[in-house]
Amino acid sequence: MKRLSILEKIARDKFELDEGHPHIEVHEEEIRELCPDLSCLYVCPANVYSEQNGRIMADWAGCVECGTCRVACPPEGLTWVFPRGGFGIVYREG
Amino acid sequence: MSDDRFDAIIVGAGVAGSTAAYLLAQQGLQVVLVERGPYPGSKNLSGGVLYTRVLEHIFPNYAEEAPLERCITRQVISFLGGDASFNVDFKNPAFLQPPYNAFTVLRAKFDRWLAEQAEAAGAMLVPGIKVEQVIKDGTGRVVGVLAGEDELMADVVIAADGATSFLAQQAGLRGRIDTRHVATGVKAVVGLPQATIEDRFHLDGNEGVAYTTLGAATRGVAGGGFLYTNRESLSVGLVMRLDDLVRTQSRPAEIFDEFLAHPAIAPLLKDGELLEYGAHLVPEGGLEMVPQLYADGMLVVGDAAGLVINNGFAIRGMDLAIGSAVAAAQAVAEAREANDFSARSLSRYKTMLDRSFVMRDMRTYSRAPHFLDNPRLFKQYPELLADMMTRIYTQNADGKQPARNEARQSLKDSRISLAQLARDVLEGARAL
Repeated sequence: MKRLSILEKIARDKFELDEGHPHIEVHEEEIRELCPDLSCLYVCPANVYSEQNGRIMADWAGCVECGTCRVACPPEGLTWVFPRGGFGIVYREG
Repeated sequence: MSDDRFDAIIVGAGVAGSTAAYLLAQQGLQVVLVERGPYPGSKNLSGGVLYTRVLEHIFPNYAEEAPLERCITRQVISFLGGDASFNVDFKNPAFLQPPYNAFTVLRAKFDRWLAEQAEAAGAMLVPGIKVEQVIKDGTGRVVGVLAGEDELMADVVIAADGATSFLAQQAGLRGRIDTRHVATGVKAVVGLPQATIEDRFHLDGNEGVAYTTLGAATRGVAGGGFLYTNRESLSVGLVMRLDDLVRTQSRPAEIFDEFLAHPAIAPLLKDGELLEYGAHLVPEGGLEMVPQLYADGMLVVGDAAGLVINNGFAIRGMDLAIGSAVAAAQAVAEAREANDFSARSLSRYKTMLDRSFVMRDMRTYSRAPHFLDNPRLFKQYPELLADMMTRIYTQNADGKQPARNEARQSLKDSRISLAQLARDVLEGARAL
């Protein structure tokens, strides 16, 4: 099988985008204080989190809703809920 | 009685939720099955082997009617050391005869079918609606849920909302999930023509194979890999314990790419096309993570209840989820008979679960999480096996050592002491 980047892999998935309703909120100061390793930056299997200009950003539209970050991150660091009903990842195989 | 009043509200149309809905609707209860995805299965992801014996009593014709992929007749355990692999390969065509043992499934298809059975039995399926929270009365008893904008009320709420169960947490039945108790599963579904799959894996007709890999697959992170055959695709993935991913600051997506490129795996995926990529949490803390299973007006089933067994060679969750739904449906039926939905009455769920295969198996493997908390299993032993086989099969001009000497040399090089080896073997025998 051809090697694909994570972006190319996610591009094969189906998402119902809930424009204007992010389901992940990053609390920058709390994360930096309580999790100096910034586990969200490496532990997410969909690479949702990145550091841009020194800020942690969550590209929530490509989130597969596994919840790994919610367990790995200190509870104060992220507000992570499921997308609104009908939105988010739509597995066609599963 | 208003329109929004039900006998039971079930949150989550996975295998546990839909089975509970089916059984309760069959008994004539007014059941609503609320699913946050646009259709049942759209949020669900499994490695994909379902042990189906539990389905026989509920759906006697499941083998003909359910969208099953392939019947597992061949199991391969693959120890990966560096680029080398050492396989234990077991095949028994008898598994192709009823009573069937295990099938591969794709959840987006299987769960949809299961929810349809619940609907046909009279349950009301409400997809595309997220349950925000449980509603409690003044005494703390769960009396309904807030679903989207609507309040739905019922005698009992069954939380079948999966590994990340927000409801069980909100209701105070379980605390924050510990990284030691969950693994991150990463999976790709790779499309291949049916004939290619059957040729490549030596399968006849409906037969299927399940590979489990240990070792280099996870770069030494606690966990393992899998590769299962579907009708016209392969399910390939890794399951890695979250505490170990965090400790080693590993990127699951990167380890997954290495796994797909491993010389033991890449040829199996050759010319395949990626159909889907996904990830899901696997609750694998065993008995230690099973929460309080009932409260006044509420029960917890399936992954939400931590009902998963990982014995190192296989991870089972779906059959346990179905088993828990059977016990929950029985408990609700009895509670209804007595018109008592208090925690005391609903505790019958736990009694029945304890007596069922679900908790019997959970107890049988209760030492497995401890046994699997051993880095040698995921690195040194697979490497040792690969090294030993490499020595045994290498011929050089200096003359050959007897195989037992080669084995001893491999063990010496692996820096595993005989005492350690003996302890691990003993521990493994006890745990499994």
